Amino acid sequence: MRRELPLAICFIMGLIMTVQFFVPHRYSQWLFDNMLKWLIIVLTFAMILGIGNLIKLHLQKVQHRRRDWLYSIVALFGISASLVTGFGWGIEADTPFMTLYNYVQIPMQATMFSLLAFYIASAAFRTFRARTVEATLLLVAAVIVMLGRVPLEGIVGRWLPDLAEWILDYPNMAAKRGIMIGIGLGAISTALKIILGIERSWLGGGD
Amino acid sequence: MKNLTRTLAVLLLYAAAAFAAAEEAGPAVIARDAPNDAGGAVDITWLASPLEKEEGFKGYDVQRRAPGEEAFATIAEITPGEAVYQDKEAKDGVPYEYRVRALPAQGPPVVLGISGATASGQWFNTARTNALIGVIFTSFVIIFFIYRAKGGAELFVRKIAGLDAVEDAIGRATEMGKPILFVSGLADASEISTIAAMTILGKVARKTAQYETPLIVPCYDPIVMMVEKEIVRQAYTEMGKPDAFDEDSVFFVTQSQFGYVAAVDGIMLREKPATNFYMGAFYAESLILAETGAETGAIQIAGTDRVTQLPFFITACDYTLMGEELYAATAYLGRDPLFLGSLKGQDWAKGAIILALIVGTIFLIISTDLGLWFAKLFETAAS
Repeated sequence: MRRELPLAICFIMGLIMTVQFFVPHRYSQWLFDNMLKWLIIVLTFAMILGIGNLIKLHLQKVQHRRRDWLYSIVALFGISASLVTGFGWGIEADTPFMTLYNYVQIPMQATMFSLLAFYIASAAFRTFRARTVEATLLLVAAVIVMLGRVPLEGIVGRWLPDLAEWILDYPNMAAKRGIMIGIGLGAISTALKIILGIERSWLGGGD
Repeated sequence: MKNLTRTLAVLLLYAAAAFAAAEEAGPAVIARDAPNDAGGAVDITWLASPLEKEEGFKGYDVQRRAPGEEAFATIAEITPGEAVYQDKEAKDGVPYEYRVRALPAQGPPVVLGISGATASGQWFNTARTNALIGVIFTSFVIIFFIYRAKGGAELFVRKIAGLDAVEDAIGRATEMGKPILFVSGLADASEISTIAAMTILGKVARKTAQYETPLIVPCYDPIVMMVEKEIVRQAYTEMGKPDAFDEDSVFFVTQSQFGYVAAVDGIMLREKPATNFYMGAFYAESLILAETGAETGAIQIAGTDRVTQLPFFITACDYTLMGEELYAATAYLGRDPLFLGSLKGQDWAKGAIILALIVGTIFLIISTDLGLWFAKLFETAAS
């Protein structure tokens, strides 16, 4: 029963939601909207479990003085500060929670994101070494597209941006669409396997 | 026979003449229930008034009258040049009358016409008929091959280097005595790619249980964390090593995109895993994760259905599963005939799409109109 019941619910709901996609009637919309609400409710409870797991993990680390346990104190302090400020003063503008969010979290996120610029350079350097025919093609295409994006029109004319556009619009788009068709079919196939109960990994182990 | 033919010809001529006459004297205002909607909407269209050419023409007003009401009430004022309006305030089942008036610069409004319509919701979105046919066809082909495979038919599957490397990568980590890091993307459990990642995690966890290699699974989503914890626990139990399962090996990190990246990068730099798996849906963080992993010298296997992130993974990882290869992992690693059958079905559906592309290209070469007509057959309403 532990397996059969979730499989039955999955089969019925899978069919209902597939049919729902083709039915625009307001009853169908009502069903869809309510499913989304259910998802939010489930997610909220799951979030409590997730945060509980996180706190437990870091508390254990501090308690047993495991390697890098000082980082866990920082993590626990961050969670506590967010909880206290959020529940204590609310999350409206100009509250302590939003101050923490705007002046601590956002700059830290921006810092992580900005690393991307340097990583693109290092990854490009590694990849664009013309060792094979494929790597050479990649290098040539990348150089054309990169230079095509630079405003060099006055110096080299329109041909370079046009060539860059052509690479993006035709060979690049063709490859992208080929992959996307495969993804679409793969998604249908996986969804079917889940609805029919062939794919059961989502039940928590056991194919 | 001759008489019958003559009569039919005359009838056809009359019908054509009547049709042409009707076209000429078509109504100036047409109101009709909005097609393929949830209900509560009526589309009103009208022929542009000759007054539009006059200087200072103000536009049109659209009026509505419910049964039992004497006067029309204005529900919208439309600027010149427009000839369409959708009344989204209509009640289902009420037979309204709509009147459109042209508003000249001077003088009273000129009534263009009156038309009646009743709003109602539809039970089938006809704009998605082609999608329905596509889904039924693909599902039929996949189910057919699943049952064929069940019957014992031999099915060939091409080699996928990224999946062949999974076992070697786990073996390497075991030999080095280092952990394996498994990142299952930044999407929730409702994403197909996340489910595909979970399936691969189950296979990886069986191997790590067998070799007793430490496994680290930091999760972005709490529901994913709970499911993955059960998957890993089950894998260790199935391999006869339930005690080797570390409850804390699968844990929730955060739902902040770059907060998650910072945490996982930190794990990579501190724990120095020998093998990193990145499976599932990834966004801007893909290259940050993969480059940090490359710096630590780990073998990296990635798989995603996010087309824009594929180049980053191809650049920074040793093996990359592109798009559908991620979904094929279960079939490939498990060699279960049911899963192999579904792969075969996918290939046949892909064959049908390729055939449609060839036919479309030929049609387009023959005639632009023919090609566009064929392309239109595949257009589907998004919402």
